[in-house]
Amino acid sequence: MLLYCLKRFIGMIPVFFGVTLLSFVIIQLAPGKPTDRLTELNPRITPEARARLEQYYGLDKPIIVQYGRWLSRIVRFDFGVSFSSDARPVIDKIWDRSVPFFDRRLTITFLINTLSLFLILAVAIPIGVLAAYRPYSLTDRITSVAVFIGFAAPKFWVALLLMMVFSVQLGWLPISGIKSLNYAMLTEPGQFFDRIRHLVLPVFVSACGGIAGMSRYMRSSMREALSHDYITTARAKGLSETAVLYRHALRNALLPLVTLLGLSVPGFFAGSVIFETIFGIPGMGQLSYQAIMMRDYPVIMGLLCITALLTMIGNLLADICYAYIDPRIRVK
Amino acid sequence: MFSNIARYVLLFLCIAVIAGKRAESKTHHDPVYGDALVVGTIGEPSVLIPMLATDSASHDVAGLIFSGLIKYDTDLSIIGDLASSWDISPDGLTITFHLRKDAFWEDGTPCTAHDVLYGFKTITDPSTPTAYAEEFKQVLRAEAVDDYTFRVTYRERYAPALTSWGNMAVLPRHVFEGTLLQTSPLVRKPMGNGPFRFKEWIPGDRLVLGASPSYFLGRPYLDAYICRFIPDPATLFLELRSGTIDFMALTPLQYARQTATDFFQKNFNKYTYPSFSYTYLAFNFLHPWFQDKRVRQAIAHAIDKKEIVEGVLLGLGEIATGPYVPHTWPYNPDVPQYTFDQQRAAALLDAAGWHQIDTDGVRIKDGARFEFTILTNMGNSLRMNTATIIQWRLAQIGIKVKIRVIEWSTLINEFIDKKRFEALLLGWSIGVDPDQYDIWHSSKVRNKELNFISYNNPEVDRLLEAGRRTFDIDERKRIYGTFQSILAEDVPYIFLYVPYALPIVHRRFHNIHPSPIGITYNLYRWYVPRDMQRYRLSP
Repeated sequence: MLLYCLKRFIGMIPVFFGVTLLSFVIIQLAPGKPTDRLTELNPRITPEARARLEQYYGLDKPIIVQYGRWLSRIVRFDFGVSFSSDARPVIDKIWDRSVPFFDRRLTITFLINTLSLFLILAVAIPIGVLAAYRPYSLTDRITSVAVFIGFAAPKFWVALLLMMVFSVQLGWLPISGIKSLNYAMLTEPGQFFDRIRHLVLPVFVSACGGIAGMSRYMRSSMREALSHDYITTARAKGLSETAVLYRHALRNALLPLVTLLGLSVPGFFAGSVIFETIFGIPGMGQLSYQAIMMRDYPVIMGLLCITALLTMIGNLLADICYAYIDPRIRVK
Repeated sequence: MFSNIARYVLLFLCIAVIAGKRAESKTHHDPVYGDALVVGTIGEPSVLIPMLATDSASHDVAGLIFSGLIKYDTDLSIIGDLASSWDISPDGLTITFHLRKDAFWEDGTPCTAHDVLYGFKTITDPSTPTAYAEEFKQVLRAEAVDDYTFRVTYRERYAPALTSWGNMAVLPRHVFEGTLLQTSPLVRKPMGNGPFRFKEWIPGDRLVLGASPSYFLGRPYLDAYICRFIPDPATLFLELRSGTIDFMALTPLQYARQTATDFFQKNFNKYTYPSFSYTYLAFNFLHPWFQDKRVRQAIAHAIDKKEIVEGVLLGLGEIATGPYVPHTWPYNPDVPQYTFDQQRAAALLDAAGWHQIDTDGVRIKDGARFEFTILTNMGNSLRMNTATIIQWRLAQIGIKVKIRVIEWSTLINEFIDKKRFEALLLGWSIGVDPDQYDIWHSSKVRNKELNFISYNNPEVDRLLEAGRRTFDIDERKRIYGTFQSILAEDVPYIFLYVPYALPIVHRRFHNIHPSPIGITYNLYRWYVPRDMQRYRLSP
């Protein structure tokens, strides 16, 4: 088992550098340069000034030299300095040690995605099981329709509707941001409650599509498990229906879900770009949107590295879990 | 003298407007301290040092923290800010600024001529990544004569010189000396000399400024200026609707329709003033069809600008006739106008050789159908709608127009810089000084320069050169007046409209006086009557 983990871990290293090389090249293929925001359509800039700026950012070198420089920094865990005019180190933008732990971009995005993952599992598994247990029943049909509506409705639209209802009309929840203007003056439980209130809508919206997809997978996986001979055997033994369903069918049906979860990590981060922009949440998604718009190469690369790393760790964890819960894999 | 009178007339008008507005409010209040203004914006500042900032979000906030030598008065004339007065030498080459002695940095250090000199040295230092160095490179010599006298000498007469001494080149020397400006942590938590002081910045969420008790024009009445960053326009508007932000810029649709409800009328005041920008349709002079003036004039006659202002801006803008904002001093209203006249347009096209008509109604000349593409940038629905109206109108006179909407960077790098376009629908933000040498002078056609349409008119070149060497305002008015007449006759651009800026502010804020430079110029005088105050700052 340990050997397996080690092998997998070593295998990740070339993949990681492959990802960075490809990303680096693809980013540079997009038209425009980081210096554009200073220079383009600006009457006060001369060609000499432009050349000077490009030299300042090292953009005058061939792309392979630029990648080499980036690589030599990254192996020393230095993500470089942002090209935007604030010129902050990339790592400070993602993981700002001068602010409280829960205000750092990585924490915020990670927290929302983890919460939404739990919400997805907590809702999707029961729905899927219920639907699979009585396929084509009224419950199955109702949940199917509801789930498909949830899947089809654009996230930004759902988000705006929820804001209209819960924030503007009812005034129960804040519309955007992660904490209120008077946050500093609240008591500690008050601050905690304030954060929770700000998280409700974003977590729900980001889970919305996931619930739909995951419950469908759960349904089909559960149906497949229920059709096996060992279920018939279990029932023939006289086991209670609960035991059949939860001990024999559900355990087997959960296997494919583990793989699916590992694979959906990058999807979560991609989704963050949308809901963090709508809800004005200072997380990694919002940062990557800004960085891409400004062609801020070091920040984009830093974010891609972290996302790639998290995705690979997600996959590795999924595989380890898989090996752990499925004896057939462990034996091989 | 003239400008002084104009200032009073304008002031009077403002008072009249306000008086009319306030007629219904019963009580009159004396200004009191307290409360905060919560501003909602889509863009987040990146840096709070004016010379490093490139985006309007950064400048809006930095402008509250840093005061420069001069600023614009409400009538667009230049008045002193840190400088109480200045003298221009008879040859027009040397400006001597006399600084006021009651200006201090946040830590109590006096703000002196050495700070201006330090700012000047930093901005002209090649290692400073700034977009604003060029104007300061015209300076031959800069010196701090004494603590409160600053003198600059220019290589040659340069009329826009005075306007460049805003807050771009003033830095606290005692804080920055010996450090590298662009890597200093102070660029994101600066120490300034203006009406507000930096307090807190949560990236992606909000930025908080507090009133400066030592501001030389008096402590602002408001305790704080809070800027919230909400990247999504729809979310931003919902925040306004739920009363959690006090101040934002509206779109024409929001102004005319979405805020026309009882709720907004009861709780907010809306203002309009022409923005310093215009939207235009530009022709590529390297394209043979558009080299013919009759073709450009025909298209001008075929476009109904009034209909565009009504339809796209919902009436919240003015028709543009040249590259200046109506009612400002360089603006010349007496230029050749192109009334909407399809017959005249058709006649001009016939005369230009486009008299054959294809089976689908498109004009033909030498076997080529009159089809061209208008390029515009993504994300600006006003421009897309304008392009669509133009497309429809030109189809009526036998010109087939295609519209391509392209992402900004791609548009600039792949199409404009390489001069690969037929027509462009874009806008310019303009300065208060009328110098537009960079956009129209025939020498400015190299790669990345701004005369990307390759316009070339020797008379225009001569006027532009004369205009930037002349200080006398009446003389400049004459020069730029002629310049506008020539542009109107030549039609290198079809000047379409000047949109209005449409700010909305919560009603509890008093002392707001709209002017041609907007409403925030006297933010430090805004106040909220005691019984209406909403926010209390933490002790």
